[in-house]
Amino acid sequence: MSDFFPVLRVFGALVGFFSLGMLVPLVVSWTHADGLRHVWAISAGISFFCGFVVWGSLRRHRRELQARHGIFLVSFTWVLLPLFATLPMMWALDSIGRPVNFTHAYFESVSGLTTTGATVLAKLDELPVSINVWRTFLQWIGGMGILVLAVAILPLLGVGGSQLFKAEVAGPIKDSKITPRVKDTAKGLWGIYATFSTVCFLAYWAGGMTAMDAMMHMFTTVSLGGLSSHDSSFAHFGSPLLECVAVVFMLAASCNFALYFIALRKGHWRGFWRDPELRATLTALIGGGLLVALVLWAKGTYGLWDALRYGMFHAISVGSTTGYATVDYLAWPVFAPLFMLLLSGVATSAGSAGCGIKMVRVLILVKQARREMTRLVHPRAVQPVTLGGMVVDHRVIFSVLAFMLVYGVTTISLSMLLVLTDLDPVTAFSAVLASVNCTGPGLGSVGPAGNFSGLTDFQVWVCTFAMVLGRLEMLSFIALLTPSFWRK
Amino acid sequence: MKIIILGAGRIGESVAGTLVSERNDITVIDTDEARLRELEDRFELRGVVGSGIEPDVLVEAGARDADMLIACAAQDETNLVCCKVAYQMFGIPTRIARVRSNAYKEGSPLLGKEGFAVDCVICPEESLTRYIGKLVEYPEALQVREFADGLACLVSVRAVAGAPLVRHTIAELRECVPDADMRIVAIYRRFENEPDRFIFCEGQTLIEPGDEVFVLSAREHLQLVLSALHRYDPNDHREVERIMIAGGGRVGLRLARQLVETGRNYQIKILEPNHARCVQLASELPHDVLVLHGDGTDEDLLENEGIEKIDLFLSLTSDDEDNIMSSLLAKRLGATRVLALINRRSYADLMHGTQIDIALSPAQTMLGELLAYVRQGDVQAVHSLRRGVAEALEIVARGDRKTSRVVGRKISDIELPKGAQFGLVMRGLPDLGEGVIPAGETPPTPAKVIIARGDTVIESNDHVVIFVPRKRLVRDVEKLFRVSATFF
Repeated sequence: MSDFFPVLRVFGALVGFFSLGMLVPLVVSWTHADGLRHVWAISAGISFFCGFVVWGSLRRHRRELQARHGIFLVSFTWVLLPLFATLPMMWALDSIGRPVNFTHAYFESVSGLTTTGATVLAKLDELPVSINVWRTFLQWIGGMGILVLAVAILPLLGVGGSQLFKAEVAGPIKDSKITPRVKDTAKGLWGIYATFSTVCFLAYWAGGMTAMDAMMHMFTTVSLGGLSSHDSSFAHFGSPLLECVAVVFMLAASCNFALYFIALRKGHWRGFWRDPELRATLTALIGGGLLVALVLWAKGTYGLWDALRYGMFHAISVGSTTGYATVDYLAWPVFAPLFMLLLSGVATSAGSAGCGIKMVRVLILVKQARREMTRLVHPRAVQPVTLGGMVVDHRVIFSVLAFMLVYGVTTISLSMLLVLTDLDPVTAFSAVLASVNCTGPGLGSVGPAGNFSGLTDFQVWVCTFAMVLGRLEMLSFIALLTPSFWRK
Repeated sequence: MKIIILGAGRIGESVAGTLVSERNDITVIDTDEARLRELEDRFELRGVVGSGIEPDVLVEAGARDADMLIACAAQDETNLVCCKVAYQMFGIPTRIARVRSNAYKEGSPLLGKEGFAVDCVICPEESLTRYIGKLVEYPEALQVREFADGLACLVSVRAVAGAPLVRHTIAELRECVPDADMRIVAIYRRFENEPDRFIFCEGQTLIEPGDEVFVLSAREHLQLVLSALHRYDPNDHREVERIMIAGGGRVGLRLARQLVETGRNYQIKILEPNHARCVQLASELPHDVLVLHGDGTDEDLLENEGIEKIDLFLSLTSDDEDNIMSSLLAKRLGATRVLALINRRSYADLMHGTQIDIALSPAQTMLGELLAYVRQGDVQAVHSLRRGVAEALEIVARGDRKTSRVVGRKISDIELPKGAQFGLVMRGLPDLGEGVIPAGETPPTPAKVIIARGDTVIESNDHVVIFVPRKRLVRDVEKLFRVSATFF
């Protein structure tokens, strides 16, 4: 166990650092005088104290982190950090007379941090504004990754930063170092993320939202989260202009942030548009939107203009794992919601704010399948799998295959587990898929019109587990559960 | 002329061999003493053992009064540095370097006087690839040589019984194929058990099946010329489509890339025995080029990959024996045409008249570029033919009727050495001899190609193409074109 003291030390620092995030709702609460000031202030104090004690007592265990430490720390963080986010959430809800149990509060925190956007709360419009800010702010931190942020700005994480970075940034090809120092990479990524956020905020504000709404929706748009401060989500505004803005930023956030970083450093965008994953992501999302619009129009659900508006918005919102909804799309021809849910599993790029399988893995799989087909005809053909002119290493291909297997097995077994608890199969399957892909709304009773509060506590825990698994890309989290990880 | 050649490899050897026979003083520098002694025995030259980048060695080789340095060692670096030293320390007027890297193309500032001071870059692989590319474009030709950037071409083609011109005399040429403007300059006839015999072309000369006919024509008539001599049915125009390349070395890779870049839909297969190289090829080439792991002499592989449907089989490995065997095998298994790279002269002679349609000597293809540099006067291009026995020259006629023995005279009045033939006159080409044309300005009249006849009058600045069947006559031809103030 002493092997993991350095990890705990870093975790302590992280908690202390995370507590600073509670200053955001504190400030909001102060300015809006919603009476929850003390909750945020004391919660921040407790978190900071806890973090400081852990960090301080393990001060002497400063050591270079290894790959397994990175895995451990990331999983540890994503499981335990929501606890500190849950504390003020439970307390605040309690003090306004709408108490929730621990299961639901924890689910809400995890759903926030993993950018899933599923909720168990109802009557959001009546909640104090600071609670909504906290929910959406969690998504914003989770979008780019809290460890990446920590690597970027915490000097004490200088040791082993690259392990943390690798463990948290999603995607199969991890060693694509953009800058010689991982700290600069992390800074660059967060810089771009922050820039997007600012522009998105201004666009929403100019498009007619109040400043508070603009901020909260910005938090959940650029992080592809999907929580809203209104029960009716984007329908509250009923503005095609705002929906357009949201579509643009959801598309932008579905692409690999490293690409923006590289393009900005090089000063030209040629390589950016030539990236195969970017092209595939944009094609899948925009093409998927057009397809859904076409289905809606052809089946007579809407006129041409409305079909385009609702089809594009929802396909891109769900496909990019965001999960905003303006209408109850379960009333649409069943193809559309199912297609959108499946799209959310594959459409986003590695290194974006989205979750799921990631487009790059799909591309590798498709190319690998094509290679096998060529091999049937030409047994001696040599056809390495390439992405953008680079040969994809065999190990990466195998890791992608392993990932797909684990993804499939996890999805099916968790769905079966839910079915075992007498949930109807459609709801069960879609709830797991929507959690693993960090999408948010599923089908059936967890669809855009309903929410997860109808599930039993056990079922909520299963979905919570699925969200963490999905955000951490399965393998590293599952590796933690194997005996060999703990063996010396 | 005093010439220093760096490197006694294949290229160095054939360059030395060619230049020695033109009465130049050759010194070869190489680190391999045994190899140098071998060359000294074969040719009349001097060998100096040592590194070409050492000034001492260059002094020993006579760099102080050398006229030209040809650096063709195996490494680009050695050649570049040698040229720099030759320029800076000894001021050798002409420096030619063999450079493989694409970054060091002619015109690059790296090659200027401030850089490596290279006057001319030769790349044998590049020349060879371009040369083979022509053969793919004109599959009926045995060789295609270009003059004035491809404005006119010299082709040699095997006369086939049943083609329009075959079994007719040269005088009947106009009646047989009225559309094709061409000039037959030489015929080599095949005889049993002895080398081909040169036949002087006059009006009464009969073209027989099996003759190797050398024809000059403008490029736009090339297709007609070839069909006049090689095709049974002018309507049966079959382009090369399926190409198999045995050997994915530098030449194979360059050729495949060049063929893909032409944009025609070639189906290309490359055979390469080295697996690592296969992977490299497959990742560098576009996906429609099929890279196969295997040997060109593997009968099963050839059959499985449909050798009987291959239009052109090219064996381009560096091993003569492999090339010969694989192309013979391919021919027997049904490939329409086969081409083999053969370095050794004795092998090339052995293969003469066998199933191999075209035997190419890699060194020969780039000698022309070099020879144009070595020759005095206004020689624009030299193509060494029939393994260096014959030559086609492009010479610029200068001066006027008073100072030149050719300008202002009819071709029938000019006395060429016996056997040599006027082929074409290209008029209106930009004058490169007297200053470069300002950029952006096109020559006033487009250059035209005139077929040389008895009554054609040569003007000043005409580029005249002359076929010389024996190399020793070249000096006389050059003398004829020399401008002399004392003439008359």
